[in-house]
Parts: sequence; structure tokens; C-alpha cells
Amino acid sequence: MRWRSASVIILLCWALVALSAPWLPLQPYDIALENILQPPEPQLWLGADDLGRPVLDRLLMGARTSFWVACWVVSLSLLIGTLFGAVAAYRGGIWDRALVLVIDIFMAFPGILLAIALAGLLGPGIDNLVFALTLVGWVGFARLARAQVLSVKQRDHVLAAQALGTRPRRIVTRHLLPLISAPLVVEATFGIAGVVVAESGLSFLGLGVQPPEASWGSMIRDGVRYLLVAPHLVIAPGAALFIVVMSVNLLGDRLRDWLDVRTVRSTRLTGGAV
Amino acid sequence: MPAYLAGRLFTAVWVVFGVSTLVFLLIHWVPGDPVDVMLGESASGADRELLRQALGLDRPLFEQWWSFMHGILHFDLGNSLYHQQSVVSLLDSRYVATAELAGLAFLFAVAIALPLGLLAAARRGSAWDRGAMGFAMLGVSIPNFWLGPLLVLLFSLQLGWLPVSGREGPASLLLPALTLGTSLAAILSRMVRSSLLEVLEEDYIRSARARGLSSYQVLVRHGLRNAWLPILTLLGMQLGALLGGAVVTETVFNWPGLGTLLVESIQRRDYPVVQGCVLVISLSYVLINLLTDLLYAWVDPRIRLHQGHG
Repeated sequence: MRWRSASVIILLCWALVALSAPWLPLQPYDIALENILQPPEPQLWLGADDLGRPVLDRLLMGARTSFWVACWVVSLSLLIGTLFGAVAAYRGGIWDRALVLVIDIFMAFPGILLAIALAGLLGPGIDNLVFALTLVGWVGFARLARAQVLSVKQRDHVLAAQALGTRPRRIVTRHLLPLISAPLVVEATFGIAGVVVAESGLSFLGLGVQPPEASWGSMIRDGVRYLLVAPHLVIAPGAALFIVVMSVNLLGDRLRDWLDVRTVRSTRLTGGAV
Repeated sequence: MPAYLAGRLFTAVWVVFGVSTLVFLLIHWVPGDPVDVMLGESASGADRELLRQALGLDRPLFEQWWSFMHGILHFDLGNSLYHQQSVVSLLDSRYVATAELAGLAFLFAVAIALPLGLLAAARRGSAWDRGAMGFAMLGVSIPNFWLGPLLVLLFSLQLGWLPVSGREGPASLLLPALTLGTSLAAILSRMVRSSLLEVLEEDYIRSARARGLSSYQVLVRHGLRNAWLPILTLLGMQLGALLGGAVVTETVFNWPGLGTLLVESIQRRDYPVVQGCVLVISLSYVLINLLTDLLYAWVDPRIRLHQGHG
């Protein structure tokens, strides 16, 4: 369908803006008192915020924030989670049981509650944000990787490799990981959507990106105070966020159909109820 | 059943133990001295020592942990550093508001998702199906902290039907609950559809149709009844996301529940209250999940009558 390709184009634009933002002629921090709360007009596409800063420029900087946070959190979570999950499931015994106990505890914290508490206690800032979200995010991947490895580790080719005396590390990386990568890729895609929302959510609560840096979440937070006089301050960043998240979700659905993955979506960062 | 029950209860007890320990450790994970963070750099040595003693931070870690766990068992979570009040009484005054919000959001979600999912499954591939799934995609992707202000803009500021924020009267609950319930409604309607579609492939559905039952009876009495189990599991898990989302939603609407208390306490560096909020929300979630699993076992004779570990 055509709108499905639209989602890919939107995501490419998002990545392109995020990567090229430092070289674009943006003025996201330029305070212009004469433009305060200016509604959108031809010279100022998305208007200006409560300090007269151009909303469009801040929106693009916000795209950069969300893109990099999502990249870091999802790659770190994927790496750590897959490693722990796959190794524990392959070795079995006490390793596996220990991992399950840890996973059970982390899963007992609802949604992003743990991330909120951690980010709050660690103090604001992107590094702490990435740390807090990764600490919450790896669990979903670990659980998935574990379940997948358990389901394929008795296959003939793995047993054959074991009989040939192949080292465990090689068995995991060469014989198991390729088999379980499809569901992990799908999970990672949905994970991007979850992280983008979580980053904005934490910034909305004032626990993420700090002023004057821009995040879609903190833009909404600042804009809510002027909802009646300048609704564009809330509508613009929210729409950007919504469009990116929906595009990621559409891509995830498409990947899932294409790779023929059938898993219940984990509820860590992909729950969506933020 | 007894084996299943015992196993499930054991896991729950372990999880409660682990969650409490992790919440205890939260304060100690903060880089640097929590006392410095709370008081700032300008505080005098005597003040620091006083606060350290008040928090028990001068004692060995294990002892602190022991008294924390002991406190939990006796409903004592220490005192707030900001309010002249015990943490438990603070939580007590906020708990009901969050429960109201989450409860109504849950009802909204079920009331929207069940008919939508049923309709989509019954008329698979039709415009109804596409519309329902389109709604689900929108609902999953829209963040609470954007949907909330948009609803306020429309219903409170433009139409003037509902209050903007706060907790005064039943009308003030509607927008927050709708905001919080939308994403659950979206996820749930997808789940209702897909588990119904799976069940509708079964032989007994064909038999029911062959026996000439009405399509309503086939769908609800034979289909939905068997599709309940995956839906219930998902519901239990998603309630966690609902409670997490409540923190954000409460902030949007200035709803005086545990979520706003948590965010305020984080800003005030009132660590005992932060711990209390995280603990209470998480333990509620653990309890709900336990109840869901027990309900699940009770509903499904395949688990109820099975002697082994569920």
C-alpha cells in the first residue's frame, strides 16, 4: 500500500535531519522577543515559542535528540539483552534460572516507571536518559532471545556442531543467532517507537533533555502553558512525534509480516501506554 | 491446581522481594552522596550528618536494607523529607485517585476494544476491519502527553464541556481516563481481533456453524469464550503499562495521584517518597498480575485440572 512506503520515506527524512542537523542553518536557541508566541506564517513556518525561538528549528533539533537516543538505547539494549538471553538459554542450568529470576523482577516494574525513577534520581541529561532507558529496555530482548534459543538449541545442526567439538561461542554466534535474528529485528523496530515515546515522555516530565536543548517532549511541556493562546507550540512537536512513532510501528508491522514472525509484543518499551 | 498455585505464589513472593530490594538500591545507585544531592553544596557539616542519620545512611548497607524490608512488612516507609508526614500517609492520600483513574481508563479500553475487535474479526477484510485496525494503529502511536493536551484543547477550551485539570467531581475524571485508556484500547482491540480470528479457524466453530447457530452465537459463545485466554494474559501485562502511563497522564491533567506525587518528589529530591511511590505502583502491578494468572487458571479447565506446573 502506498502509505506504507510513506512510512519508510518519513523515517528516512527523520534520519537525514538527525544526521545533518549540525550543518543545517538552524537557529534553535536564538531568542527574538518580537516573535514571542507568533503563530505560523509564511516567513516563520511553524511560528515561534514563548521566547520567540523558531519552532521549526527546534523541531528539527528535537528530531536529532530523539533519533540519537533511540539509536543508542535500542542498540545497547539489543546487544546486552541478546547476549544475556542467548548465553543463559544455551548454557542452561543455574545461568538460565538466574536470568529468569532477574527478568521476573525487572518485568514487575510497570512500563517506564523504573526509567522515570532512575532518570529522576540520576539527574537530568541525555547520558542518564540513555542509561535509564537501556536498563529498562534490555529485559525484553533478553526474554525474547532466551525463548528463541531454547526453541532452536536442540536442532540437528546445533547438535552436530556440538558433536564436532565446536566452541560454545561459535555455536551461539554462527549457529544460533542467525536463526533467531528475525524476531529480534522486529522487536528492535518496535523498540525504536517505544524509546522515542519514552524519551519524549521523560523530557515532558522534565527528567530528560534540559533547556535550552530541544526535545519534542520538552517542547510539548513548555507549550502546554500557552495552549489557549498558542496551540501550535503543542500541536507541532506532538504531530512530529506521532508521525515518526506511527511510521516506526507501520514498518514494524510490515517487517513482522515479511519475516513471518509470530511473537507477542513484549511490553517493556513497546507497550505504547505512555 | 495446587502445584500451579504454589508455583505462582512462590514466584510472586520472590518478585516482591526482588522489587523491594531494587527499590531500596535505587537511592544507592545515585552517583555521589545522596545527602550532597539533596542538600546542595552549601549545606553545613552538621546538617549533612543530621540528614544522614535521619535516612540511616550512616549504617552499614545490609543493616539499612534489613530495616527497609522490615519497614515494608510493617507498612512503615519512613518520613517525607519535604512534608512533615510519613510516606505511608502521603501515599494513602493519593492512592485512591490513581486507582480511580486507572480503573476508569481500563473500563474505557475494554468498552472500546471488545466491540471493535469483534466487529473487525467478524467482518474480516471489510471497511469495518480496516477502520478498526486503523484506529488501533493511531491509538498505539499517539503519546498520552500529546493526546491529553489535544483533548483539553477540544473539549475544555473550545467546547467548554469538561474541566481542564484537577480533581473536582466526576467530570474531571473523563478526559484523563480517556487519554490513558486509548492506547490500551488500541492494543486490546488488535488482540481481540487476532485471537478471535485464530479461534474461528477451529473445527468446533465449523461444527457450530453447521449446526445452524446464529453468527452472533458462534462468535460470542463459541469464539470469544475460547479467545479469552490470550486476551486476559495481555490485559494483565498491559495494566503495568497503564500504571506507568498514569504517571505521565496525571502530570498532564494535574491529577492528584501517585504519579504527580512521584514527579513532584523527584523534583524535590524527596527520596523516601520516590521509593514509596515506585514500590506501591510496582507492587500493585505484581498483585494484579498474580490475580490475572489465578483468574486465568480458574477460567481455563486445562490449567485448573492439570496437576503439573502450569
